[in-house]
Amino acid sequence: MATLEREIRFESDRDPEFAAQIRRMPGCENLNRCIQCATCSGICPLSTYMDMTPRRVIQLARDGFKADVLNCNTIWLCASCYQCQVECPKEIGITDVMYALKCKAIEAGIKPKQAAPQTLYREFYNLGTKNGRISEGALMVNTVIKTQPARFWSLKMLGLRLLRTGRFGWKIERMPQQSVLKAAIQATPPINGKESS
Amino acid sequence: MKYAYYPGCSLKSSGRAYEESFLAVCKILGLEMEELDNWNCCGATSFMSIEQGPAYTCSVRNLALAEKKNMDLVAPCGGCYGVLLKADHYYADYPAVRNSVDKGLAAEGLQYRRQIQIRHPMELLTHDPGLKAIRSLVKRPLKGLRVASYYGCRFLRPVAPFDDMRHPQTMDSLMKTVGARIADYASRGRCCGGALAGSIPKMAQELTYRLIKDAQKAEADVIVTGCPLCQFNLDAFQDEIIASHPDVKPIPVFFFTQLLGLALGAEPEELGIQRLIVPGIKILQEKGILGDKKADEKKVPVAAGAQNG
Repeated sequence: MATLEREIRFESDRDPEFAAQIRRMPGCENLNRCIQCATCSGICPLSTYMDMTPRRVIQLARDGFKADVLNCNTIWLCASCYQCQVECPKEIGITDVMYALKCKAIEAGIKPKQAAPQTLYREFYNLGTKNGRISEGALMVNTVIKTQPARFWSLKMLGLRLLRTGRFGWKIERMPQQSVLKAAIQATPPINGKESS
Repeated sequence: MKYAYYPGCSLKSSGRAYEESFLAVCKILGLEMEELDNWNCCGATSFMSIEQGPAYTCSVRNLALAEKKNMDLVAPCGGCYGVLLKADHYYADYPAVRNSVDKGLAAEGLQYRRQIQIRHPMELLTHDPGLKAIRSLVKRPLKGLRVASYYGCRFLRPVAPFDDMRHPQTMDSLMKTVGARIADYASRGRCCGGALAGSIPKMAQELTYRLIKDAQKAEADVIVTGCPLCQFNLDAFQDEIIASHPDVKPIPVFFFTQLLGLALGAEPEELGIQRLIVPGIKILQEKGILGDKKADEKKVPVAAGAQNG
């Protein structure tokens, strides 16, 4: 007999304050309007690769099932194409909810099973905030080495072509004056949906 | 009129051909672009996924710099354009965003009043010189070239400031203006995979495969785009895509400014056409838009010989 693999969630697994924090993030205020129609899951070009469909993530997020939504791969597979967001009949900022959940996962120090997208975002953020500009060569090489080392050599033909066509370089790009951006970032209060901020 | 040109990071490396061709087109059309001093990365989808306060400050800072110069900001990169536009809207709509950004910008003595417009070349070229002016300057009509206009996400979503979200036409009108034929391209607004091409390439390539397949189903000779990430994802990985999906053939992917520039009389090298991974020159020669250099060279001695004899 086939067994049903399903975990029952209880009231005590919920964190209502977490749901409230998500709703306070920019673009997420309509979270509670969801009617579970699954238009988002239907239109998402990546939903077949997700361990939870976007519809399910929205439901679990608004109910405050923090552990489920912060550990799913869905939030990291979202490529921010905004199709779900513009098609949602209840005007829920679904892509913005995905962004908010990614930030909360980072805040909670969660390293997803499929780590590559988070690694790429971190590399990008570190380069971009440190130098003020992205050096695409360094970003590509660092990300491939950290996330797909086996692919590194198979990419050598593409790397050579990019070098030959002048589309790839080793130069580190920087703003002429990085200190002003650093100061602006330091002076920026966080946007994390917490009431005190 | 002068515009504040915001190149973004890609137009300085993987998307160099976009900068070259866009500036060449501006020169022909008499649009003056002044690169914004000390601009910074817009943040793309990454900053927003890590820390939202700094993400909005970094985006809006560029808008404040352009506003200080009293110039509209022109962002050719689809990613930058979308991110800056969203930051501008959210700055207006969400007090939490405004509060954070204002405090961040104050550290540099900047402020933002939303007095400028954020513009994309697609819309700028359509409105400022206008299609009529462009048509009158065509030197090399793209006759017989069937083009699939690929818009991707950022010009259409989450807001579509200059086009119809579901049936975009701006790029098609530009291409039609310079003589190209328009392919009925169903996937014009679908996702190219974005940053996933760098992190989980298998998934992104499934999406780009569909985009190429649909373009070929619509019998397109080439794809055009207005975003360096779309262009890169569609152009650079065709070898890998074709290896796993032999039902598609290589197809050149141009920046729409490259084809515009060509039609307006600029040379392929000025427009960075040699920088495409899937070469684009051959199809242009086949259609008679560009002369065949090798054939021309071959002809010369014959003509000279005939004269001597």
